[in-house]
Amino acid sequence: MLNKVYQLIRPRQFEVVYKDISFAKDNIIVHPEYLSICNADQRYYQGLRSESVLRDKLPMALIHEAIGRVVYDPGGEFAPGCRVVMIPNTPMEKDPIVAENYLRSSRFRASGFDGFMQEYVSMAPDRLIPLPEDMNPCTAAFTEIVSVCCHTITRFCRMAHDRRRRIAVWGDGNVGYLTSLLLHYLLPETEICVIGINEYKLNEFSFADRVYLSDTLPEGFSFDHAFECVGGGGASKAINQAIDHIEPEGTIAIMGVSEDPAPINTRMVLEKGLRIFGSSRSGREDFLKLLETYREYPDMLNYLEKIVGAVIEVRNVADAKQAFETDIHKVMGKTIMVWQQ
Amino acid sequence: MSDTNIFAVVLAGGSGNRMGNIERPKQFLEIGGKPIIIHSIEKFVVHDEFEAVIVLTPKPWTSHTRDLIEKYIPGPMQGKLAVTEGGVTRNETVMNAIKYIEGNYGLDEETVIVTHDSVRPFVSNRMIEENIRYAKLYGACDTVVPATDTIVESADGTVIDSIPERKTLYQGQTPQSFNAVKLRNIYNALTEEEKQTLTDACKIMTMKGEKVYMVQGDTANIKITYPVDLKLAEALIGGI
Repeated sequence: MLNKVYQLIRPRQFEVVYKDISFAKDNIIVHPEYLSICNADQRYYQGLRSESVLRDKLPMALIHEAIGRVVYDPGGEFAPGCRVVMIPNTPMEKDPIVAENYLRSSRFRASGFDGFMQEYVSMAPDRLIPLPEDMNPCTAAFTEIVSVCCHTITRFCRMAHDRRRRIAVWGDGNVGYLTSLLLHYLLPETEICVIGINEYKLNEFSFADRVYLSDTLPEGFSFDHAFECVGGGGASKAINQAIDHIEPEGTIAIMGVSEDPAPINTRMVLEKGLRIFGSSRSGREDFLKLLETYREYPDMLNYLEKIVGAVIEVRNVADAKQAFETDIHKVMGKTIMVWQQ
Repeated sequence: MSDTNIFAVVLAGGSGNRMGNIERPKQFLEIGGKPIIIHSIEKFVVHDEFEAVIVLTPKPWTSHTRDLIEKYIPGPMQGKLAVTEGGVTRNETVMNAIKYIEGNYGLDEETVIVTHDSVRPFVSNRMIEENIRYAKLYGACDTVVPATDTIVESADGTVIDSIPERKTLYQGQTPQSFNAVKLRNIYNALTEEEKQTLTDACKIMTMKGEKVYMVQGDTANIKITYPVDLKLAEALIGGI
């Protein structure tokens, strides 16, 4: 079937190409419906990745956060019309130790190959998870990014010591919001403090126990563990501030993506005996766990609806460009494309 | 989905005599390693709102079309497909489709048909969805794109009589979709003279003052008519 694919051919320029999509025996065909723009997409769109990365990866369809409806399933596992969330990580092998999202052989949509800006997507059955029909589709569209936060918290719970009286989250953007929200529900006994640089953004974190501006932390402020959700040029400052204030033998989870290496105070890491780990992306298990968490704490969905920003119908290249440009100028929240292809 | 009362009608009645020396009808030529007609059928057969997809071809090509469907369309989807003979004209072919639906699935006041040229394989899911929606709502719709060329009118083919204002002009594509009973009733009430002037199914409706809603088409939704269109189609599917 001729499939319409919106590829980014160079920064700020989409082009529609058609690719034949086969009715392969093992793959399910999904029609994407709601797509959510991530900062990683923006780094390609705005040309913020290095020249060599752009040369290697483009042309490529962007977007790795999306939901859709099944149109064809040769195995009969999914009924036609079933709403599903699509998992962008695509493992090529199984490993008893290394998770699917860390296997170097795994491919990732909108990074190694075409993302979800397509009329139809052909996917292996285990890359799809059914969604409840009554779930707000705009909220469901960014399930992937929430699953990444969920993945980090799962690993944190495995790695960090059990004293969890207070956890500090650096970052007042989407990842900071989603991580601290999940921590609030998953670790209800723990006090959650969020540290950011914009007071108006911090005001959105109404579920957090405390919020602080990073340059006005109280005297003697300390915590048992920390999550860094800043990334970019601010990552180094955030990680070092966390190192300064964390209690000995604490764990710091790094989640923010930086294009350049971030220098950190290793002397103090050694002195305090800290554990620092990085997390990236997510796998099927994380999606399943997150959807279970949504079922257990339905109130959480209300907090997610709050960060749905612009919702833009995309019927052509001009609309797609408009959605990405709107997303650049947003203050906070997620830009959703209602994918009308 | 069964009993939706919505049918896709793939019109493959053309003999392709505008394709130079190529012998077979253009819908059976291949692009991207697959016959054009199959690409078109695939876009409709995956759409679960259709109760069935009826393919109408010239009589000598019906068996060949069935063979192609068996070869390219996955087994579970084949049950949704039917191949039957087209008519002498485009509109007679559409009437044959309605007759076939009546005889095999049943026809009532709500039955919708989404007709499509088999040589427009770049139709999108969005166009199909909107055709269904607007045919249900308004009884008829046509897929169009704004005209980009200046259109001139000439009765004698020698000198220009007028140049209509371009912003009011659109180029018709397909799908074209209708309430099947309404379309048939109006068509059957036309005189033979009126039928001779028809170049398009939507004209059946507009001739009698019926409203036809416009669905936004796409410049990529080309009709493969001339040899150059085949080259263009191959170029469009050359994405990496």
